[in-house]
Amino acid sequence: MRIFASLRIAGRALRRNKMRSLLTMLGIIIGVGAVIGSVSLTSGATKQVEDQVSSLGESVITVFSGNFTSGAMRGGWGSAPTLTTGDAQAIAGLKNVIAVSPEVRDRAQVLANGLNWNTQVMGESPDYPQIRNWSIASGAMFSDQDVRSLAKSAVIGKTVADQLFPNENPVGQTIRIRNLPFLIVGVLAPKGFNLFGQDQDDTVIVPYSSHMHRITTRTFVNSILVQAANDKVIDSVQTEITDLLLLRHRSKEQDFTVRNQLELMQAVTATSRAMSFLLAGVAAVSLVVGGIGIMNIMLVSVTERTREIGIRMAVGARGADILVQFLIEAVTLSAIGGSIGIAGGVGFSKIVAYLKDMPTVTPFFWIAIAFVSSAIIGIISGFYPAWKASKLDPIEALHYE
Amino acid sequence: MPTNPVIKLADIHKVYHTGEVDVHAVRGISLEVFPGEFVALMGASGSGKSTLMNMIGALDRPSGGSYLLDGIDVSTLGRDALAEVRNEKIGFVFQGFNLLSRTSALENVEMPMLYNRHRIQSREQRERAMQALELVGLGPRADHHPNQLSGGQQQRVAIARALVNRPTLLLADEPTGNLDTQTSIEIMGVFQKLNDQGITIVMVTHELDVARYTKRMVILRDGKIVADEAVQNRSVAEKELQQLRAAQQAVKLDS
Repeated sequence: MRIFASLRIAGRALRRNKMRSLLTMLGIIIGVGAVIGSVSLTSGATKQVEDQVSSLGESVITVFSGNFTSGAMRGGWGSAPTLTTGDAQAIAGLKNVIAVSPEVRDRAQVLANGLNWNTQVMGESPDYPQIRNWSIASGAMFSDQDVRSLAKSAVIGKTVADQLFPNENPVGQTIRIRNLPFLIVGVLAPKGFNLFGQDQDDTVIVPYSSHMHRITTRTFVNSILVQAANDKVIDSVQTEITDLLLLRHRSKEQDFTVRNQLELMQAVTATSRAMSFLLAGVAAVSLVVGGIGIMNIMLVSVTERTREIGIRMAVGARGADILVQFLIEAVTLSAIGGSIGIAGGVGFSKIVAYLKDMPTVTPFFWIAIAFVSSAIIGIISGFYPAWKASKLDPIEALHYE
Repeated sequence: MPTNPVIKLADIHKVYHTGEVDVHAVRGISLEVFPGEFVALMGASGSGKSTLMNMIGALDRPSGGSYLLDGIDVSTLGRDALAEVRNEKIGFVFQGFNLLSRTSALENVEMPMLYNRHRIQSREQRERAMQALELVGLGPRADHHPNQLSGGQQQRVAIARALVNRPTLLLADEPTGNLDTQTSIEIMGVFQKLNDQGITIVMVTHELDVARYTKRMVILRDGKIVADEAVQNRSVAEKELQQLRAAQQAVKLDS
């Protein structure tokens, strides 16, 4: 029996009881819709996080100085005075290291143009924009020469530029940090918020040497940013850095911490992976429930149409023909339900995305999974009723009232 | 007769094992029906005629004996093979018409062709179904649904459906049971016309009036054949209809 004719028969049978068909599909519709909707939302959130993580830069390794305990005084990561600019220079000499920036952080009230603003002042090397994959919107980054000469040059972020120079080009102007005038040589392109909700554009960047000697008087750096040649060598570079610093610090205990971006990415996406498993579980349960609904209605349908089955058998339909007819009907039900569910789920996530200003991504993979599994549910739940129909005795079926 | 029989039953038995008592519905029937015959199977209810009919129609297998349908031994075939035999060799007409509701007359007639072993193009299906409907005089009503047709018209659709696969045997089970007298005669007229064209027909009925339109009467009692004779004074549907119309005309004139 040809598929097209079977589809037509199935379509007619389903149209005959529109309301019942719709209610039967509802289980699948809700199940698939919920899964697609929530997958879209979590995928959107994951995508957002991944974007933020990659906004930290590519193949970046960060060396933090270790925990610090001195008598009764204790501090967290980055507070121990163990990392130095010498460490950074040593790391720069390692193989597969393409950029290094010692980082010094401090908060300060900065003044310019008759306005003031409290912001983060960071000491970095000229490699910093490259490591962070951050472009300069206007002007230029300060140079190695500036680092050597402890130059009073600064590059400012978009937020600082907006706050202090609302209607002017800041490049070439002066900004006062701790009462020292710094020449603004560049403005960074806007980068937005980071993983922890901080405004990355709210920053002033000066040469680390100037920071350490002029703004704060420090001999150590908070951390060292290192860019490896690519993601493949990131692990080996990380090991080499660890070995190098252990040697340089001559300490028994590791007084620093080395982290790379892949680890951060994995930590962040672990949550969403757990969420995906949860969703898959919910999806499985709701599809099973939907399948039971379909099986139930197909059983009713087979009983109702016993006489039709008898007629078809009398004119020569084999058991297999009847089986296929009812299977196609069940699969049509579940596939249409699945399609409506997919459309509903995508629509729902778009509405949420619009209302809540959240990004949503509906992976094609999940749409395919949802469609295929609803079709499979149709086959599984339709099989028993269809099999029952195909085993009917033609004579009894013909005389069924 | 020189040709091979369409139906050759040899000592057919059928026993139903229902409950504690075995019911011996058919007890040793032998019967031959040749091409072009028009046979009425008669008998009271419980005589075994329906059981016999089901076996002749390849809906059921005999418990004993052999049955050759158009030379094929049907008594040993499996379910699927029986379905194939029904599809290719037999056309059924039932008492209750047994049409699919919400399906047009044309699609009802096309239905047996869906189950042909050899795939028929849908255009050819349509053409053959139209031909069959025209043969029973329902060409103009092809797109009507059963609930839009009278009982007689529905039975004509059923006859067209039975003919569409060009069967060797047309089986009718009380085809006039649900119809009034005039429509019954019309339907018997359709059968007579088909039989004149050479189609072999076996019909189950318990009405002698209806059996008179056939050529041969086989009477069953208690699962056995008690009489098998040619029909004397055979009724001709056309003539009967004319008489009936004349009588109706007379009644109208009187009033």
